Amino acid sequence: MHEMSVTENMLDVVLRHAARNGADRVTRINLVLGEFSTVMEASVQFYFDIISKDTVAEGAELNFRKTKLIASCSDCGSEFEVVEYDFTCPSCKGSETEIISGREFQVESIEIK
Amino acid sequence: MEIEVLEGVFDANEIIAKENRALIEDGGLFMMNLMASPGAGKTSFIMRTIKGLEGKVSVAVIEGDIAGKVDSERIAGAGVPTIQINTGGSCHLEAKQVNTALNRMDLSGVELVIVENVGNLVCPAEFKLGEDLKVMILSVAEGDDKPLKYPLMFSESHVLIVNKIDLIPHTDFDMERLEETVRKMNPHVEIFKLSCRTGEGIECWIDWLEKRIREKQ
Ligand SMILES: Nc1nc2c(ncn2[C@@H]2O[C@H](COP(=O)(O)OP(=O)(O)OP(=O)(O)O)[C@@H](O)[C@H]2O)c(=O)[nH]1
Ligand SMILES: [Mg+2]
Ligand SMILES: [Zn+2]
Repeated sequence: MHEMSVTENMLDVVLRHAARNGADRVTRINLVLGEFSTVMEASVQFYFDIISKDTVAEGAELNFRKTKLIASCSDCGSEFEVVEYDFTCPSCKGSETEIISGREFQVESIEIK
Repeated sequence: MEIEVLEGVFDANEIIAKENRALIEDGGLFMMNLMASPGAGKTSFIMRTIKGLEGKVSVAVIEGDIAGKVDSERIAGAGVPTIQINTGGSCHLEAKQVNTALNRMDLSGVELVIVENVGNLVCPAEFKLGEDLKVMILSVAEGDDKPLKYPLMFSESHVLIVNKIDLIPHTDFDMERLEETVRKMNPHVEIFKLSCRTGEGIECWIDWLEKRIREKQ
């Protein structure tokens, strides 16, 4: 699936920041992955192990922090967790909602030596 | 030492998607990203759309396929400019490939660019191409339970085309249940029910699309 190209992009981000900070090794990569993202943790790990070979990130530990799907209601302003993909606001039954988190795949930080 | 990064993995794609938007805006174009599972009827739908817009809106097509050029030959046969992108195994189109295609095509006189994404209900939803409109097709044969299995695609599409309605009598497809589920996920989605085989329902879609294109112009 698309985790191959997604993992390449993730590694690009990591290597760019590692180089900018003069890292010899990247020991840990802290990732934020929303539960609404289609990206599969296990596949990212699988491809990472292959494509990070011979880079400063080889052997780095991938640490995933999962975020829940949270939306905010444009009508009443309340924030709520979206359950079973029902985006209707539980407070006012409004349908104008915006995703605040749960869709992202982000490199939050890297740990380097 | 911990270094703060806070960079989205899809950011690189989104930067190129923004470049595509600029190309589309500068060219006075309207771009539609068409997504669906393999065999849902993407190419048939494009052929119907080209025919329906004949004499009204001039169309060009970008064909994304893992391999082969069967679909682009079908479309070129309809007399519209077509460019084929073979993704070589990748299951979705990325903004960069569409950027290359847009730059290679002669778009003078063109008003609508249709992108046929790779047949897949998962991955294409993550990659913005710089489109004006995300259109997805669900064919009746796939069943009405798909929204909860592929929520990102259903919640991000502006338009849902339910294709192959000619097959409904032969299935247990429940249109009401489908609409109810999709509307909860995506309250503003436009739903068109049609058959690319019989032509039923196509006119309604063509009128709506032409209006959207004119509004932008
Ligand atoms: N019964 C019926 N068959 C249809 C309809 N639309 C398309 N088909 C058939 O479905 C099959 C697939 O159609 P395509 O248009 O090639 O589908 P696609 O999504 O472009 O397929 P890929 O590009 O291979 O993923 C073909 O045999 C079409 O004739 C329809 O409305 N009803
Ligand atoms: Mg096709
Ligand atoms: Zn509300």
